[in-house]
Amino acid sequence: MAPILDIQNLRKSYGQTEILKDINVAIEPGDFLVLVGPSGCGKSTLLNCIAGLEPITAGRLTIAGKDMTEVSPKDRDIAMVFQSYALYPTMTVAKNITFGMKVRGVDQATQDAKLKEVSELLQISQLLNRKPGQLSGGQRQRVAMGRALVRDPALFLFDEPLSNLDAKLRVEMRTEIKKLHQTLNASIVYVTHDQIEAMTLATKIVVMKGGVIQQIGTPAEIYNTPANLFVADFMGSPAMNLIPARVHRDGHGHRIEITRARSEPLVLADNRPLDLPQDVIIGLRPEDIAEAGYRSGEAVQQAPCMVDMVEPAGADTYVVSELGGKPVTARLHAETSAMAGQELDLAFDLGKASYFAPETGERLN
Amino acid sequence: MSNWLEKQVPKVVLAPTFAAILIFVYGFIGWTAWVSLTGSRLMPRYEIEGFGQYTKLFATPRWDTAMNNLFIFGALFIIIAMVLGLLLAIFLDQKIRTEGAIRTIYLYPMALSMIVTGTAWKWILNPGLGIEATVRGWGFENFTFDWLINPDMAIYTIVLAGVWQSSGFVMALFLAGLRSVDGEIIKAAQVDGIPTHRIYSAIIIPSMAPIFLSAFIVLAHLAIKSFDLVIALTGGGPGYATDLPATYMYAMAFSRGNLGQAASSAMIMMLVVFAIVVPYLYSELRSKHD
Amino acid sequence: MTDTTYVSARAGTRSTGQRLGRIALRAGLYAVLILFALWYLMPLFVMLTTSLKSLEEIRTGSLVALPREITFDAWKTAWSGACSGIKCEGLRPYLWNSVLIAVPGVALSTLIGALNGYVFAQWNFRGANLLFALLLFGCFIPFQVVLLPMARMLGILGIAGTIPGLILVHTVYGLGFTTLFFRNYYVTIPHELVRAAKIDGAGFFRIFWSIFLPLSLPIIVVTVIWQFTQIWNDFLFGVSFSQSGTQPVTVALNNIVNSTTGVKEYNVDMAAAILAALPTLLVYVVAGKYFIRGLTAGSVKG
Repeated sequence: MAPILDIQNLRKSYGQTEILKDINVAIEPGDFLVLVGPSGCGKSTLLNCIAGLEPITAGRLTIAGKDMTEVSPKDRDIAMVFQSYALYPTMTVAKNITFGMKVRGVDQATQDAKLKEVSELLQISQLLNRKPGQLSGGQRQRVAMGRALVRDPALFLFDEPLSNLDAKLRVEMRTEIKKLHQTLNASIVYVTHDQIEAMTLATKIVVMKGGVIQQIGTPAEIYNTPANLFVADFMGSPAMNLIPARVHRDGHGHRIEITRARSEPLVLADNRPLDLPQDVIIGLRPEDIAEAGYRSGEAVQQAPCMVDMVEPAGADTYVVSELGGKPVTARLHAETSAMAGQELDLAFDLGKASYFAPETGERLN
Repeated sequence: MSNWLEKQVPKVVLAPTFAAILIFVYGFIGWTAWVSLTGSRLMPRYEIEGFGQYTKLFATPRWDTAMNNLFIFGALFIIIAMVLGLLLAIFLDQKIRTEGAIRTIYLYPMALSMIVTGTAWKWILNPGLGIEATVRGWGFENFTFDWLINPDMAIYTIVLAGVWQSSGFVMALFLAGLRSVDGEIIKAAQVDGIPTHRIYSAIIIPSMAPIFLSAFIVLAHLAIKSFDLVIALTGGGPGYATDLPATYMYAMAFSRGNLGQAASSAMIMMLVVFAIVVPYLYSELRSKHD
Repeated sequence: MTDTTYVSARAGTRSTGQRLGRIALRAGLYAVLILFALWYLMPLFVMLTTSLKSLEEIRTGSLVALPREITFDAWKTAWSGACSGIKCEGLRPYLWNSVLIAVPGVALSTLIGALNGYVFAQWNFRGANLLFALLLFGCFIPFQVVLLPMARMLGILGIAGTIPGLILVHTVYGLGFTTLFFRNYYVTIPHELVRAAKIDGAGFFRIFWSIFLPLSLPIIVVTVIWQFTQIWNDFLFGVSFSQSGTQPVTVALNNIVNSTTGVKEYNVDMAAAILAALPTLLVYVVAGKYFIRGLTAGSVKG
């Protein structure tokens, strides 16, 4: 299938400063692409470039097979939902939704039909005569989506649409957006700084930092095999434990030695066929460290560790211990008997361990 | 192509204004500057002759009086209007019940034309039938209040009328400033037991520095441009006693037919304004960019 | 027991004393405020009473006395008979001139200012900041510096001494402030609104018309009031660029007051002054809030 959006060698600079460096991304129809990264990473600029709201300095951009590099926003066959919703304050909800059709000269009957369809889909039929000022945050969000949906575009763009909502509403709307994506089978590009949003919504994630794409992949790929230290640290909550370690070759496997301030070094074996240098940073997800006896498998090894802190979080309890000079978080079951200041046998599962080069931060395995 | 055209629309919209500003402001300033360097009299001549007009200007006693008057009038007008405005603002800030009505009364002169103000004060201050006559009518036979026709005092009548017209506006500026001071700071000071007058002098007034600057700029600007008020109140007289640069320039331009003098005096006025305004504008624009 | 009574009684007197002191302070405060109110009102009062007196009463009576006999003769003369220069038609034709100058002048400068402000606030392009600085700078020049070339320019354009000439002058030199007002207002509107409308397919003018203009009522009121007051009260341009028959009311008023022919009719002068001041006073009374907002906006930022 031809890609619905294809970005090739896109660059964007303001004067001397380069905001986006050599961006290459393509998505298939029905894909839900999430651009994620810390603020200032260029994700919103990239979205604005896709929308045509910002001119690009170099590169090529096609939407639904058509070259849109120089095309103005209104002719790109896109719709966009903004962070502040950007509802027209003096127009009613109905007028907000139909404004685009009105501008394009769509006949009244079609406008009415579309309005009815979309407002029913989003359950905002009772709000149509209100002004944006009279709506709650969640209702405004729905209207903003309605304005995008009625356009029936080739591509939907979402610019941090949930960041102005409170926590509970955000989870609700996240589910709704996912549902909408599945029912409409729409193609979506979605910008967020919230990695949980990225993980739950995306079929494909682009992690960005400093105007450079760090990694492109499915949520599972990003989560399990982060391409570098930045991605490893950014995606996942609590973050992946990144521990400096020394590698000793041991027959066909490796022994990973991690220093500890208050006791003997911790030595773990990784028998996967790897080729690791002497100094590495080992990346272990909190769920790959469990309480001894609760985890079994070929790669699981146990060791007593001093518990520095216990943080109950409802379904799980997090335990922090010092390893390699870093506080390391383990995800334990809720009923654990771990107590701060006491030793606890932890089980380390190295089956999914990541290794990174300390100097470059690049993934080694 | 239509995309390119679309992008030019904002520039096209600004173009007439840009052209107008270039011609009517900067071009005209250039023209006046040019003419001020020529020997133009009734009709403009365009051969540059140097700074002769300026030398002549500063050797003219009438211009000397005008500049002196500007500094006397400007200094008194600005200081009195600011002090009065600040005091009235502080007084009005004390939870006065009829604040709205009083504010309306203090500010209405700002809606009047300077010509109207001048006409009214001319009548009030005229010795024959005005205040002087009224007070004498009350039995004080020797009371004199003849500033309007006294060459040494006439300039102060302009200060009086100017302050009357503008102080209410300064009051409104300061009142808005007082109200914009962070309430929590004042509450904190009150909790600390600091007396009211100290709260004003140590906390509120220092935080209003930008408003002082704005008020100063506005008043200085009004003072330098003052023309209508003088024309209506004293006509520049008695003699040239209340001439200001603005009236001097006008007289040279339209009744004396001396374009060179008119142009050079206008240029001096502009330089005085710029000496005050440019640093202010510069800091304003800079702070906006940060 | 007695001690406590004594102490509380003393405390009582002290607080009464304090209260008296505070009441005195409040009374003093009100007295000062009222005194100044009287000072601000006095000229208006004197103008009004004088305009209602006969010349005879003015000569014999006191400045601050109420009229013994109210007569509207002075108002009639001021309206249609007072002499300004050689003509004796009162203020009526000049009031009309001022209207003819102010209405198109206000409308044009407000409309252009709105579009300019919209560009500066929402459609910034390279060089726009410099342009804005140039425009802002123009707000500050003393108009004396443009008086001579303007007179020549109006002559070249063939509109010297005409009302269209004055409209042009007021529009051009009003643009700085009107643009500033609209820019500062539109800057507070999020850019995403324009972006959303662009994606909806609307262009520059459509966005202005459908989205920004409906939002602009408050700033339009402020700008219209500001410009109207400025143009109505103008004297310098009026006296420099008009001729007999096209003078605005301020110039005519000054001529009436300073006309040297015949008896000095103070009551007519005062009636004429009030007539000239009436439109702007009315605006101030009806829309004082917007008037003040314009004044402060016009001064704090320029």
